[in-house]
Amino acid sequence: MALTLKLHTQPDVPLETDCISPDRFKSLNISEIANLTVFHGNRQVALSDFFDCSGEFDGDIIVEGDCSKIKHIGSVMSFGKITIDGNVGVHTGAVMSGGEIIITGDADDWLGPEMLGGKITVKGNAGHMVGSGYRGSNIGMQGGEIIVHGNVKNETGHVMRRGLIIVGGNSGDFTGVNMLAGTIIVLGEMGIRTGAGMKRGSIISQNPAEILPTFSQSCDYQPSFLRHYYKYLKSIGFNINESFLDGPFVRWCGDSVELNRGEILLYAGK
Amino acid sequence: MKIKSTEIVDTFAEAFKMYGSRVIITADTKEWAMAAAQSITGFATSVIGCKCEAGIEKEISAEDSPDLRPGVSVLIFAMDAESLGKRLMERIGQCVMTCPSTACYNGLDEGTPVTVGGQLRYFGDGFQSSKVMAENKFWRIPVMDGEFLIDDSFNVQESVGGGNILILGKNQKATLKAASAATKAMRALPDIILPFPNGVVRSGSKVGSKYKALIASTNHEYCPTLRGVVKKSELDDGINSVLEIVIDGLTLGAVEEAMRVGMNAAAKPGIKKIAAGNYGGDLGQYHIQLHQLLGAE
Repeated sequence: MALTLKLHTQPDVPLETDCISPDRFKSLNISEIANLTVFHGNRQVALSDFFDCSGEFDGDIIVEGDCSKIKHIGSVMSFGKITIDGNVGVHTGAVMSGGEIIITGDADDWLGPEMLGGKITVKGNAGHMVGSGYRGSNIGMQGGEIIVHGNVKNETGHVMRRGLIIVGGNSGDFTGVNMLAGTIIVLGEMGIRTGAGMKRGSIISQNPAEILPTFSQSCDYQPSFLRHYYKYLKSIGFNINESFLDGPFVRWCGDSVELNRGEILLYAGK
Repeated sequence: MKIKSTEIVDTFAEAFKMYGSRVIITADTKEWAMAAAQSITGFATSVIGCKCEAGIEKEISAEDSPDLRPGVSVLIFAMDAESLGKRLMERIGQCVMTCPSTACYNGLDEGTPVTVGGQLRYFGDGFQSSKVMAENKFWRIPVMDGEFLIDDSFNVQESVGGGNILILGKNQKATLKAASAATKAMRALPDIILPFPNGVVRSGSKVGSKYKALIASTNHEYCPTLRGVVKKSELDDGINSVLEIVIDGLTLGAVEEAMRVGMNAAAKPGIKKIAAGNYGGDLGQYHIQLHQLLGAE
């Protein structure tokens, strides 16, 4: 039986709830969980001041209510599953290393920053800095998967080093900025300055994109590795046109202001 | 014991513990996948002379293949895991990576991983790159038609090599016909290969030779031209041709099933006996009794 947290009072200011994590709940009973400390602004309060707790923790946590102002859910989690039935605030899944977070609504900025492993699925849209590194950090996402079925905003995958980010809709500007490695797939359109400063890694889109002058066109070809990604995308519910399996894709290499070992692959079959 | 008019000799096949791997080759077309598969399984009839035994297991439809392209499944066997790893690297490097449009994947879910793509990647001269999907790492090696994609490691598992049946016929034509029927039936089974040409071997061997340099020589007891020459022949009057089918499989059960199916298919008019090759029971870890196989039916 899953443990259910139902938001009963909207916080006036963002509520920091990094305790909502299977790692914190695993050895606690329901009353101990209800008494866990959260920060309402700069005030320490109990989790139960905002959430009704029910059920029993068996590895799964269900969070109900409009959690747009609830921050840090699933931070540093390493196992289990959190289902957020609605929207969620910033820093969800920060530095998580395992387990799964499912968000049925939208996610605010900083979704899965510096993530190490595990999986985050957002059925709606997500904000800025998905899978990014924190400001001043050299390394962002280092593993795992972030799947956003809707749109994302700017700087998705900033300084990303490993892992996979899938965006079902459009992405904003600076997708994959300063990317070190890893894979970003955008099924919609990307904003400007895609891959700026990227060293390695792959940014893939089904649509044309504006390419920085520091990128060079390598070739049109059929990258067989993409077939694995498309197979996976189909398996998780994305609607993929069969024609994309055979390409061709235009390969742009860059960013030449850095190592020039990154790539942007744009579907050229249209 | 008989199947129709064919006598099944009360003997056993002496099979050996080997290590096996399954290699999935895909390509833009079935023809290119098959070209690579034929190349990688070439010169791989017996570990005695080829360092490994290999064969084509089956074709794979695009829907069932790892990258949704037509593919071919190949099994490769060697005497130990380390040796098998080397053979995989040599053969994939020379026969699959060289073949246009191909990609190459590990086909075993379980077993001990040996690094193959992780070694072949150096062919990329620093321009190679890796991708990780669902904890599976593969390498993209730049080649002249685009990229060669290969799994970082391939699983190897304990397997069984040297299962066999001997088909003893009244003449070559009848024996060939029976052997062909047997191999056709056996090839429909999973997890096995028949490593010899078209699945059949005529030069069955015994251990040792009068020549010290040779570790194996012709199985004189089954050579019809030597009946009357050698002290002991296994061939009765009226047996003038013998063909052997050797089976390597990922499991003992798969080898046994192939032998059972093969015997039933080979038991045709003109086939006097079906026997099996062994070395007195002192060499192989597995003794597969023919009567027990058929008794289980």
